[in-house]
This record gives sequence, C-alpha cells and structure tokens, in this order.
Amino acid sequence: MSFAYHKAASVNDAASQAGGDAALLAGGMTLLPAIKLGLSDPRRLVDLADLGELRGITRDGDTLTIGSMTRHADVAASAEVQGAIPALAKLAGGIGDAQVRHRGTIGGSIANNDPAADYPAACLGLGATIVTTSREIAADDFFTGLFETALEEGEIITSVRFPVPEKAAYEKFVQPASRFALVGVFAAQGPAGTRVAVTGAGLSGVYRASDMEAALESDFSADAIDGITVPEDNMAADIHAAADYRAHLVKVIAGRAIAAAAG
Amino acid sequence: MPDTGLDTDLENAEQVVIGNGIGARVRRKEDKRFLTGKGRYADDINRPGQTHAYFVRSQVAHADIKNLDTSAAEKAEGVIAVLTGADVAADELGGLPCGWGIMGKNDVPMHEPPHPILAIGTVRHVGDPIAVVIAETKKQAKAAAQLIDVTLEEKPAVANIRAALADGAPLVHDGAPGNVAFDWEIGDRAAMEEAFANAAHVAEIDIDNNRLIPNAIEPRVAVAEFDTGTGDYTLFVTSQNPHVHRLLIAAFVLHIPEEKFRVVAPDVGGGFGSKIFPYPEESVVTWAAAKLGRPVKWTAERSESFMTDAHGRDHVSHAELALDKDGKFLALKVSTLANLGGYVSAFGGAVPTFLYAPLLAGTYTTPAIYCEVKGVFTHTVPVDAYRGAGRPEATYLLERLVDRAARETGLSQVDIRRKNFIQPDAFPYQTPVASCYDSGDYEATLSSALKKADVDGFEKRKADAALRGKKRGLGFSTYLEACGVAPSAVAGQLGARAGLYESAVVRVHPTGGVTVFTGTHSHGQSHETTFAQLVNDRLGVGLEHIEVVHGDTARIQFGMGTYGSRSLAVGGEALIRAMDKVIEKGKKIAAHLMEASENDIEFEGGSFKVTGTDKETPFGAVAFAAYVPHNYPLETLEPGLEETAFFDPLNFTFPGGCHICEVEVDPATGVTEVVNFTAVDDVGRVINPMIVEGQVHGGVTQGIGQALLEGCVYDDNGQLLTGSYMDYTMPRADNVPSYNVGTELTLCAHNTLGVKGVGEVGAIGSPPAVINAIVDALSDLGVTDVSMPATSQNVWRAIQAAGGAK
Repeated sequence: MSFAYHKAASVNDAASQAGGDAALLAGGMTLLPAIKLGLSDPRRLVDLADLGELRGITRDGDTLTIGSMTRHADVAASAEVQGAIPALAKLAGGIGDAQVRHRGTIGGSIANNDPAADYPAACLGLGATIVTTSREIAADDFFTGLFETALEEGEIITSVRFPVPEKAAYEKFVQPASRFALVGVFAAQGPAGTRVAVTGAGLSGVYRASDMEAALESDFSADAIDGITVPEDNMAADIHAAADYRAHLVKVIAGRAIAAAAG
Repeated sequence: MPDTGLDTDLENAEQVVIGNGIGARVRRKEDKRFLTGKGRYADDINRPGQTHAYFVRSQVAHADIKNLDTSAAEKAEGVIAVLTGADVAADELGGLPCGWGIMGKNDVPMHEPPHPILAIGTVRHVGDPIAVVIAETKKQAKAAAQLIDVTLEEKPAVANIRAALADGAPLVHDGAPGNVAFDWEIGDRAAMEEAFANAAHVAEIDIDNNRLIPNAIEPRVAVAEFDTGTGDYTLFVTSQNPHVHRLLIAAFVLHIPEEKFRVVAPDVGGGFGSKIFPYPEESVVTWAAAKLGRPVKWTAERSESFMTDAHGRDHVSHAELALDKDGKFLALKVSTLANLGGYVSAFGGAVPTFLYAPLLAGTYTTPAIYCEVKGVFTHTVPVDAYRGAGRPEATYLLERLVDRAARETGLSQVDIRRKNFIQPDAFPYQTPVASCYDSGDYEATLSSALKKADVDGFEKRKADAALRGKKRGLGFSTYLEACGVAPSAVAGQLGARAGLYESAVVRVHPTGGVTVFTGTHSHGQSHETTFAQLVNDRLGVGLEHIEVVHGDTARIQFGMGTYGSRSLAVGGEALIRAMDKVIEKGKKIAAHLMEASENDIEFEGGSFKVTGTDKETPFGAVAFAAYVPHNYPLETLEPGLEETAFFDPLNFTFPGGCHICEVEVDPATGVTEVVNFTAVDDVGRVINPMIVEGQVHGGVTQGIGQALLEGCVYDDNGQLLTGSYMDYTMPRADNVPSYNVGTELTLCAHNTLGVKGVGEVGAIGSPPAVINAIVDALSDLGVTDVSMPATSQNVWRAIQAAGGAK
C-alpha cells in the first residue's frame, strides 16, 4: 500500500489526473477501508475535497440539483431538500452512521454503486439525471451492475439532478450487522412517471420493479401490488436472507414505501 | 439465616447507605483513568528494541502441510526470524495444556490430542497458526508473511456437530474415533427411566444453543521480553488470570522456571471468558523473545479475534421432561452434543459437563435427572468458556422445556414454576445432579418481577399492539446458576487440574493507608471499587487511601484470577479473612498501647477501643506503631502489619432469579423488538448497587444478543462466514430497551459476606426469557419453537412453517 496523493485544484485538474491507475477520492467511506484491507491498491489518489464547485444544493422550479461532493448529512439537513423531496432527506439521514454521513458524498456513493447502497434507489426511483464532466446520463442508464456504472475512465460526476416528485417515500429494511439495506425500496410518482426502485435485494444491484410500477399507474396504493409475486431467481442470497425471504421482504417493504408515499 | 456476623437486616437492604462501605453507590475509582484515555493496556506497552510478530494462518479448515518454504520471507526487509512448527518440534516445546480432564462412561478418559503452538504437519481450523514472522515493524512482518510459500493439501472438513458425527465423517484427530472426545454422563439413569414410566405427560424439545464469538472490545495482545543477563522472562498479556497463564506456559509449553517468568495483565478491555485460556501466540512471542534476545510484540487484528479467540456455547440437545397429572416434574432426561472445535481448549471439556449438567435441576424439585454429554471435535476454532460457560446452555434448555411443558399441559407459565419451585425452607437442598444449593427464595424473585414487569397489564398491551399489526408476547425464565467453582478437593476428584481458592494480601502502610493485593483480575468488573468498599467497611480506611493491585505475578501472591463470577465470593472472602487477621493483630498492638487486656479490645468504626471505657486508638496509630515499634510488644509480636489469606470455599454459590421479557414481533417481516425487560436477581449481598446493576445490564444485553442477533456461522467447508462486524451482529444500544432491574436477597451460607456473584446472571437468565416471549407472541399462529438467534429470517420461517401469518 503506497500511492501518490494529489489534491485537485479544479474539476478540470481532477479530470486531467483521473483514469488509469488513479482512484478518485470523494468522501473515502468505501475507498479508504478498501485500501486499508488490501482490497484496493491504487497507485495515485486524486482528492476532490477542495472542489467547492461540486458541493451544494439548489432548487430551480421542479428540479433539485445536488453537487456530487455534497455530504449525506448536508442533504439530510437541507431545508431545500426537505421541502422538495422529503423522502430524499430521510434517505440521506439514514445512510451509515453519523461519521459516514459527515464524510460520505452523493457522488461517491453512486459512482461506487454498492448493491446495498441507498442513493442508487433514490436516483432510479426519482428518475434522476447524473451530470458528469463530459455528459448527462439518465439514472436508468447509469447503474449497470454490481459496483458497475456507465461512467467512463476519467469521467467525474459533478452533480445529480432530481425532478421533484408529487409523491415519494423510501423504506429500508437493514441487514442487522452492517446496517446496509437488506432491502430498500424507493417509490415515487411524478414527472419521471411511476417508479419503484429496489436496492439491496437484486442479484445485479439496484433495479426497477416494473410489474409493481405498472400496477401503480392507475392506483398508487399498497393494495395495488397485492397480487404481484416477486420472483426469487434474481434475488441475492446470504446468511442474513435467503432468496425467498428477500423476495418476500421486497414486497412487504415496497408496500410500506408505497403506503408512505401515497400518504 | 446463616450467622454472618454482619448486618442481616435485609428488609432495609434497599435503603440509602451513608458512607462508602457495603451497599453504597460509590462511583468507580477506575473510571477516571478509563474515561480520560489514561488506561494502560497491553498494546500501550512498548519495550526498547521491540520487534513485531505476524502470524501466517491456515486459510482452510483441514489440510496437511506439504511444503513450507520461508526462505524468501527470511530475506525480506526488516525480517529477523521466521519460525514454524519445525522449530517448535526441534526445541521440544509442549502443546497447550487442558486444565480439566473428563472421565467418560466406563472410565474412558477424554481424548486430549496435542495442540502445538504452531501447526506441525496438519492444520485443523481456519486461523490455525502455521508460522510467525518477526520483523522490525509490524508492516514488514505482514509484508514478509506474503512471501512464505505454503503448500496445503486440503482435506475434507467437518464444520459442525452433525457433520462430525455423520457416518464416515473425516476425522479431526486419528485418536478420536467418530470425532468423539468424550462420552460422559451424570445422574441416576434407572431412577429417571422409572419416573418416565409413571409420567402423566412428557414434554420434549430439540434445541440448539448457538455458537458465539466473544468480541471483547480489546483484542488479544502479547508483548514478551527476555533479560539475557538474568535469564528472566516477562510477558505482558491480555489475561484474566496471569498466574494461571504463567503456570501453564512455564510448566507445560516452554518448560521454563516459573520463578524466572513474570506475567503481567495490565488494564484489560473485557474478557467474557475468552482471556482465561492460554493461546498459541503468547507462548510463541515469549519463546521467540528468548530465542532472538529482543522483545516481541503481537496485537491481534480484529479479524484474528473473530477467527482465533475461543468461541462459546454450540450445543445440540434433546431433552424430555416427565410430569405427573398435576404438573409436578418427575424426571428430566437430557442428551447433549457439545462442539469442542479442533482442539480441547483449557476448559473446553469442563464447560459442557461439570459447569452444565449440575445446573439442570434449576430452581425446581425434579427428583430424577439424567444427562449424557458427548464432546465432539470439528474443524473449527476451539470452544471454551464464554460469559456463563455451561450455565446459559443448561438454563436455556430447561427454561424452554418448562415453557413448553406449561403450554402442553395448560398450566400458566407462573403456575408451573410455582408448583415446582424448591421452597425457601428446603435449604440446604441436594439436587440429583451433584449440586447442593445453600440458599434461595425463588418465589420472592418471581413475585417481585411479576410486579415490576406489570404482568397484570400485559393483556391490554397485547391488544394495543395487535391494533398496530404487532404480535406481543411475554416470556419467563426463573433461572439458577452456580458461581465460584469449588471446593478444590472435590473439583480435583472430578478432573480439575488446578486449585479453586483465591488469595489476598492486605498491606497496611505506616501512615494507615492500605494496599490490597488480590489474586483476582478486573477486566471490567470494578474490583478497584468493590474491594475498596470492603476495606472501607471493615477497617474504616477512606477510599482514597485504599489501593487495589491485581494482574502482576511479580507483585502478587499466587491467585487463580477471574472467571465464573468468583471474584467477590472467593477473592472477596479471602480479603475479608486477611483483614480479620489484620484486626486481630491490631488488637494486640492496641492492647499494648492502651495498657489493656487484649480481650477487652474491640474494633469499631476504624478505631480500637477498650470495652467499657472511652479509651481508643485509631487504626492509623496502630499501623504506625507496628512499623515504628518504639512502644511495642516486640518480645511477643512481630512488627509490621501485613496479612495474607487463602480461601478455598466449601461450595459453589447459587445466584438465581426471574427474568421477564416482553417482545413485539412484526409478523410480516419477522422482526422482533424487545420492548420491556425485567430482571430481579438474587446475587446475595450487594456491595455496590450501581456496579451490580451495570453487570446485569451488560449480561442481559449479551443474553439478548445471543437470543436475537449473534450467531457464528461456518460454511460446510469450515470457512468462517461471520468473520467481521459486517456479518456478525453485536447487540447495540438501539436493540435493547431501558432495563427494569432489581434484587431480592438471600445470603450465601458459606462466605462471611453472604455474596453470590453477579457477573454472569444477566447472560444466563435472559436468553430463554426472550425466546419464550417470541413463542408466546406467535403461539396463536401455531408457532411452538424459534431457534436462536431469532433473526427476522428465522422468525419469519417459523411463522411460515406454522402456516403463515394470519
């Protein structure tokens, strides 16, 4: 474990340093433990900590924009977020523990795309747009698999744009030891349509429960998904929850998220 | 009531106590240094010229070591030496010893295979040490370890009891056919069978006690040095019993003179049993320090703690309880399989036998009990004592079975217990499984707990919960446990290879201050405060002038350390007896000083008084006279004021009580919340109520952890799946309610203080209360059993198996 450390002076500087054997350091809540445990061994670290232009929350009409280096605690505490998308503020306030929330960032979380992370569910559930140094990517196209995203080498997330929904809620059932999401469901209805995004449970990471979404189109209520069976075969399985139990939980937690969103 | 010579007015036991003596809520003397970061733990100790050890461990559960090439590692930067099992063999070191032999059925002794400190030829669990790299820095040692070329020929493994006992299972040790280390029994089988033949009802249970990982907050540490001039060894180690560590390592492993070996256990951050036993690493660093002529330090990484600290529990049992038509217990029959792991740890054989089966009478009058226990080898880390050690396993089995018997016979949970309680006038009470209880009042703890838990209001709370979609249940445990293993002579006949006494030295200083040297060890138990309160109470010396010293074989007479909630009942009694000797000698000195007859001197309130007069000499003045003997009966009395006592108790102590747990289960997800928990315990006389409450809070939290959250999982190949906090669920503050605790006291009959012990009651009494509460909550769904840990998945499966949530 030894690496060169570069504190980026600007987004352009960061972009010019990124890629190859470099790792981008945002909040470091995943990368630093991985380096300590020998699971990651980057030659160079490019630290985004000083890039104030990547930090901040603004609302412009029906769009809420969150800078990629905005910390979870700031999202949770933001009056702007609480007013526009209270479900998103609640989600951010439930990530990890207090230390993680004061270091971890939204950009870092979605770039990592941990299959049990919370933010990917919000991005997918709200139909967010991920803005990078080179383009804009719809959330539907962004999360491509376990720890995999559409980001290309050297591409840096600068902000995330959320359309403000009419209804939204996030419910999380935690894995008891790690307290990551064993099943997390973000349910919403708004400009991006009717959406149910599930994190923690799927074999390939966050996904949209399209059959639930179809059922909710005409009747946005927990009862509307009563007849739906969540198949076991694309569920993750571990000592905390076998596939059948996870599938069962997806439906129960989705029902609770929908009920909470429906108010 | 036994005559203890102390105030036995128990009616007033809850009154506010003035002063700092027995019964006072004194703030802990040790807290200032702990809370301000000034504690001195083994990892804080660094010696000049120190080197660092890193262990190469087996990544597989069972393999033969085919090739072990250390040459590249030896040449790596900073590396001083690499040692392997070949070096252990060449130096003719012994293996880790077993502290208690078990004699099985038909006088077949326990199979005790060698347990080398570095594997020789074969590895038997993930984490088994293969080699040690010693380098200038920890980083260098760790880096060089990657260069060791080990070829392991992996062999089939048995990762749990059932696999180990299957036909044709791979053997952990060639000398133990069927992987059985011992097959042991206790009780009168014929009497039990006769009683079953006459039973009106038999309740049965198949029950597993889940395997736990101890998780002391401080990982194990060993720092060893060797003085090449004097030939003296010193080992700083995370130990609950430094003298025992010294004895076992010196005599059995390294074959070095005990008098040349100092073992220091400084501040230790929790043990829960796991720091009783000698482990390979402590011997390896001590051996290496002498070999290299430089100090060697090893601090476990947390993953090593998960992998190599001795685990706890892990029983598979079947039990049957015979009842007459009125619900009186007639007989109990228990068959238990106990996982020992890959080797027999120091007390691995004693825990599932002598610390388990003698508790199977519990608080009940069951006249016939028979129990058989098989100790089973598996390719997992050794299993040994963990907070409660055998007694939680017995309590869980018995209290779950009693709960089931009540449900099957239609008796209430309270009535079935009251019908079968040993009555307060029945003591001493001889059980059919060796234990002889000295005192107790189980109705008192039960009725107090019923009141405290507002059991009368439960039905309303249950109805309210139902409106919220929750299933609410109430579970009971009227448990009994045994502390302060004793006496030595009897334990010796039963296979113990150590004494079970405790020692204390009371050194009075010329200015009247007191230093207590205790053979017990505090690693969270608050001895510095509790023992100081005893001295304050007996000698009248202010707490600020009392020092309690423990944990250093160079400063302290031989002592057995701290385990099995023994420190106060055994070590405290030794302290009382040493103080009584001080008082006796003080009376002689005071008689001389006041020109009175020794028979007329009484000691009261910190002062020696001449009966019937106003003449008195304070304790400090007598101490001064003892050390400055200008006016002193030198012809008949030695100067100085320092006394030693060793105390070997006549019997165990038997704390007990009633735990009542109230849960709410979400039937849709299986999530269980403990909403109320009431513990009313009889721990004998309470020295510091705040410390007693703290011990109960901690123990109950561990018990709830076992019941709901904690479970060590090995996969079928013997890989540890719960090897970090990402997968092993420790109880956290938000997993437990605010506890409702109390005490109802009866005094122990065979120690002066009447104390019984409190360290383990919480962890012993609570798990069955939690599981019984879940079964109660789900009983109308047809659920009769939920296994530990009752994770949401396990509870959900129990509901599904019973037909699903209605």
